[in-house]
Amino acid sequence: MDLSHTPEEDEFRARLREWLAKVLPTLPAGPPPADWPARRAYDLGWQRMLYDAGYADVHWDASPTTRLIFLEETEKAGAPYVGANFVGLLHAGPTIAAEGTPEQRARWLPPILRGEEVWCQGFSEPDAGSDLAALRTRAWRDGDDYVVTGSKIWTSHAEVADWCELLVRTDPGAPRHGGITWLAMPMDAPGVSVRPLRTLAGSAEFAEVFLDEVRVPVAHRVGAENDGWRVTMVTLSFERGTAFVGEVVACRRVLRELARTARENGRWDDPVLRRRLGRLEAEFRALWRLTQWNVSEAEANGGVPGAGGSVFKLRYSHARQELYDTAADVLGPDGLDLDRPWVLDRLSSLSYTIAAGTSQIQRNIVAERILGLPKGR
Amino acid sequence: MSVRFQLSDDQRALRSGVREVLDRRFGREALRAAVDAPGRLDRELWRALGDAGLFALRLPEAEGGAGLGLPEAVLAFEEAGRALLPGPLVATHLAAGTVPGASTGETVVTAVDGELVEWLDAADVVRGDATGSAPIRSLDPLTPLHRLPAGTDSGAPDGNGTQIPVATLLTAAEQLGTAARVTELAVQHARTREQFGRPIGAFQAVKHLCADLLTRTETARVAVYAAALTADPADIAAARLLADEAAVRGARDCLQVHGGMGFTWEADVHLHLKRAWVRAQRGGGNTESEELLAAHLVT
Repeated sequence: MDLSHTPEEDEFRARLREWLAKVLPTLPAGPPPADWPARRAYDLGWQRMLYDAGYADVHWDASPTTRLIFLEETEKAGAPYVGANFVGLLHAGPTIAAEGTPEQRARWLPPILRGEEVWCQGFSEPDAGSDLAALRTRAWRDGDDYVVTGSKIWTSHAEVADWCELLVRTDPGAPRHGGITWLAMPMDAPGVSVRPLRTLAGSAEFAEVFLDEVRVPVAHRVGAENDGWRVTMVTLSFERGTAFVGEVVACRRVLRELARTARENGRWDDPVLRRRLGRLEAEFRALWRLTQWNVSEAEANGGVPGAGGSVFKLRYSHARQELYDTAADVLGPDGLDLDRPWVLDRLSSLSYTIAAGTSQIQRNIVAERILGLPKGR
Repeated sequence: MSVRFQLSDDQRALRSGVREVLDRRFGREALRAAVDAPGRLDRELWRALGDAGLFALRLPEAEGGAGLGLPEAVLAFEEAGRALLPGPLVATHLAAGTVPGASTGETVVTAVDGELVEWLDAADVVRGDATGSAPIRSLDPLTPLHRLPAGTDSGAPDGNGTQIPVATLLTAAEQLGTAARVTELAVQHARTREQFGRPIGAFQAVKHLCADLLTRTETARVAVYAAALTADPADIAAARLLADEAAVRGARDCLQVHGGMGFTWEADVHLHLKRAWVRAQRGGGNTESEELLAAHLVT
């Protein structure tokens, strides 16, 4: 066991730090959260800067440890988040890289890396959430096109996306997982309409996407027809790898800020609150170690994230909610003021035990795939 | 490419070597025999543990040790915890190289820990002042306890100096072993016990208890291993909190998965839970670790 780094990794970190210190002060202020076009421009602009500096493909080509260092250092330096580039860089891009034809890779990957095109994800449907394989959006073959009709939900960045990685049902007669196909759909195609969805935090972070006889060229299919479920699983395994590294670093900073605030407002004198903060510190230290452990494991297995990602997600999503619940205790009456720090974060944290596989689904995955317990209900 | 935060081949070999010795010298029959003869420490087993290097592990080779470090000690103590190995293991390990005979298993060493002393009657040497202590009817049939008068402050075995709190770390390693073992026991039972015509592990209510057992164990595992590598007191405090939680809650959930059998003397589950409770009380319980980490946040 070893927690130290190679000289190459130390050098990568030092160079990255130096670059961040140089470029971050030159960045304009972040866009207002409700201004989608401004957010798109800002996020793409950051990706372009990463591209020019040689960091664009760190999510794809670098070793897991290098990726870990990148995510750790960018978060610590206060660099912008991946934002609108999320689906392109972490879902659709890796899927196309793994399963696409040379033509498809040449068409779609460079614009993602250069910060020119935004992708969104059309997987979940109103009646297909945790049970994703129940999706019903239909696609018929008509000449060189698929004709797609149905609806998708929980689609982030749909308002400003150029492309949608879309799961459709091409064979309704096949067993559930068998009749699904993965398509790249242009968001400006006739028949696509987007309706923003307001979350309990008051913001419009997601949208519903309605598809009414949308024509998608057959050439935009990645993988074979009816093989979309397998193609999709490639994508999902990426999400559970290093996706939360930056957030764990950020949570550890928030925890220190919470302690400082508690000292200032006198609540630090409450031993129950103080020990709760101490316990959270233990929790986030362990989550950081769990990340390092999982990354080391992925590296040993040739870059493929293991089922340890589900263990991490279960524990992290709960810890994040506990962090912001504790923040409310530190704030006291101010915890009801939306203009105070951490109050909106507390609301957002409620999605963590639901999004990207609910905690209940994650427990099924842990129990069935790691512990080998029988499937059932 | 460096070795990374995963067990090395040597470390895996060490772990399976210790497990093999313990399976042979302290299998289920020996465990139940020990439960039936409370308070008796098997000196032959103790010498065998000495021969296997459990106490001398971290001593330099020139002093008859194996010259290994905290990560290896943690792996060995994880196995000891897993096997429910009785005796003042941590105190004797810490006395190796200082108290003659401790490293070879000839001398059994215990230590006063706050207001409690484990295995006082069986020990040859007591570190700390046990004057005025009296035996209590120990909750754990495998850990005889003496109690010092309330308010006696004899200090924890790690002391309050600036040394690495090794006793706390090794206790956390034992708790990790318990957490891993009760996870296995719960899963085994959930796979084989049938009700309503199927294994109870097919029901989500049971399945999710098992998933939580594993999640707590694996989180504690990385915290304990990392603390062994850094030897940082804050990392050790974190490891302790997570390992206590994984062991105590794990043993309780394991008991729940076992249903009525879990409440019997015959099943081993209660032995794991009781030992986890004893270890969780060491060093005065969790408070100090929580306060240490809280203080760390504002430095």
